[in-house]
Amino acid sequence: MDILKFITAGSVDDGKSTLIGRLLYDTNSVLDDQLEAIKKANRKNNDGTVDLAILTDGLKAEREQGITIDVAYKYFQTTRRKFIIADAPGHIQYTRNMVTGASNSDLIVILVDARKGVIEQTKRHSFLAKLLSIKKVLVCVNKMDMVDYNEQVFEDIKADYELLAAKLGLENVDYIPVSALKGDNIVHQSLRMSWHKGNALLDYLETIEFQVAKSSKGWRFPVQWVVRPQTDDLHDYRGYAGRVLGSGLRVGEKVLILPSGVQSTIERIEINQQIFEEAEDGQSVIVHLSNDVDISRGDTIVSAAHPTHSERSFEANISWFDNKPLDTTQQYLLQHHSQTVKIKVSEVLFKYDVNTQEQHYGTEIGLNDIGKICIKSANEIPFDVQADFPENGRAIIIDPRSNITVGAITIENVA
Amino acid sequence: MDYLDHLEAEAIYILREVAGQFENPALLFSGGKDSITLVHLAKKAFRPGKFPFPLVHIDTGHNFPETISFRDQLIAELGEKLIVGYVQDSIDQGKVVEQTGKNASRNALQTVTLLDTIEQYGFDACIGGARRDEEKARAKERIFSVRDEFGQWDPKRQRPELWNILNGRIHKGENVRVFPISNWTELDVWNYIKRENIALPSIYFSHQREVVLRNGQWMAAAPFLQIDDTDTVDYKSVRFRTVGDMTCTAAVDSEAVALDDIIEEIRSSTISERGARIDDKVSEAAMEERKKQGYF
Repeated sequence: MDILKFITAGSVDDGKSTLIGRLLYDTNSVLDDQLEAIKKANRKNNDGTVDLAILTDGLKAEREQGITIDVAYKYFQTTRRKFIIADAPGHIQYTRNMVTGASNSDLIVILVDARKGVIEQTKRHSFLAKLLSIKKVLVCVNKMDMVDYNEQVFEDIKADYELLAAKLGLENVDYIPVSALKGDNIVHQSLRMSWHKGNALLDYLETIEFQVAKSSKGWRFPVQWVVRPQTDDLHDYRGYAGRVLGSGLRVGEKVLILPSGVQSTIERIEINQQIFEEAEDGQSVIVHLSNDVDISRGDTIVSAAHPTHSERSFEANISWFDNKPLDTTQQYLLQHHSQTVKIKVSEVLFKYDVNTQEQHYGTEIGLNDIGKICIKSANEIPFDVQADFPENGRAIIIDPRSNITVGAITIENVA
Repeated sequence: MDYLDHLEAEAIYILREVAGQFENPALLFSGGKDSITLVHLAKKAFRPGKFPFPLVHIDTGHNFPETISFRDQLIAELGEKLIVGYVQDSIDQGKVVEQTGKNASRNALQTVTLLDTIEQYGFDACIGGARRDEEKARAKERIFSVRDEFGQWDPKRQRPELWNILNGRIHKGENVRVFPISNWTELDVWNYIKRENIALPSIYFSHQREVVLRNGQWMAAAPFLQIDDTDTVDYKSVRFRTVGDMTCTAAVDSEAVALDDIIEEIRSSTISERGARIDDKVSEAAMEERKKQGYF
């Protein structure tokens, strides 16, 4: 069985939390004592039914205000698949929390209010989906009960979104008309929308293919930790611990250590103190090399046949999270896997208008803005551009004064 | 990779990030199944080397004896360092006042002992076995969760946490709580325990025990539990689904003697794991409030 991680996004009051509540409730994933707690809290919808949003609004401030401030993770499983849902806030001021949830998702479910259609937050979230290269997009046109389950309303919104998707270059978009409140097309196929020939939401979630074929760019192995027991019997043991990105790491392969550029060969792969010939994508392993080389945390081992770039300047898209705008005169830290280096933003190329996707020049990048920048770093970074090898084309920006994560970047090209 | 392989690889990755990013981390060990699973994952992350952190137990003094003997045996087998912070010491030093009455519990007091222990040893990161599926405030927490110098969690000001890039940079005095099994469910933990053949304290399995009815739940009879003529006392087949200290963990009726029985019991249960935790039932926001105070 595999795990599908997905995020629900949409504007405030589009019914994200209600949709998740409905999904959990109708798959019997809500247990008696949790239901009892909900009933005790006594939050009701206008029609007197229990407010299912309370299942995910885990903070007191959220329940008081009836809004989602930060991502809540919910877990459920069916006979076909395990699911991790990130219920993300819709308010623009909590975009950084939405991005936190989206960055680890295989699928983004974008909710659109049938009465309002495609609005600015829809565009913002779709833009972020593109930026974070989320593999699949599902548009759920919600509150169909408020528009008499009218097919034309759904078709019009779908046509609008198709234009947006084409503009953004989003592929793999699917559409389902739903009413989270009434349970239409969530777990059960809606009789009130028999015109919709596709799956209900749960069927869709259970069956979509989201494992995209891996690129032929080989693998990357950022070293997290050096295992050195230094005991009498393991005096010479020196293993490099990390998690494999990509596939094809195997014994006997010629490798480069970056940034030094020193060459070596994979001598042994260990998982749980057992020896393996090959390591898979995503596995946490220990690698041994054939000769004594100087490697520490922050170095990256790559296949000599498919090395990464190793550069000190590049262009990247950036999503900014801090109240203080990006400052091109200030030093920041860039964390790329296990490596942290000093950087400066040498140039702000432009800022995107989230609504129109136009590029604006000569402006600064402030809270919740998305833009494109040039970065200069103090040391070489072994990166790939996002389009070639997404897992190795991303990094976070930290303000060294506050230690807060102020931005996220995806590397677009070598400068 | 199977989903358990995926969860395992993710947890090992997180443990190694702790080792790489912090000067003086610790693993909070309660003797419960989640922290025992963490120890197993730490072996996978760091063997044949030593753990780059000690195990830290915050001892309320109201433990199940089975948990303590299990703990000591595990430490002896591991050859790793154990540090114990005693709630009794905090009481003796006058830092906390013990609750009185029939429902007295030291659960709330252990936060003070935990924060004192962190300060005494200067820990900059504390690894815990909390899971997001346990409780709705925990469902909101980051994998690297920053606490201020008073140990407080500020849920409205959590750092963005993108992809698997974990930012552990902090100022002096602050510390980070780290949750490697955030994405595991209760059932995942049990399936993993079975797959990996991990040993657990005997109280997780069905056994005969003297129990006292308190607020609709069966509590293990213990010398420090006030029992009088008005109490209903029984001798029943029970097990513990979650193990905290004896005053805050209720027993469940169970005949489950093997891991397969337990997995089946949880699969068909209509009550959540923390339904047997008295500490969570105080109010709607009981966990959030305790976390803000510094609870893990």
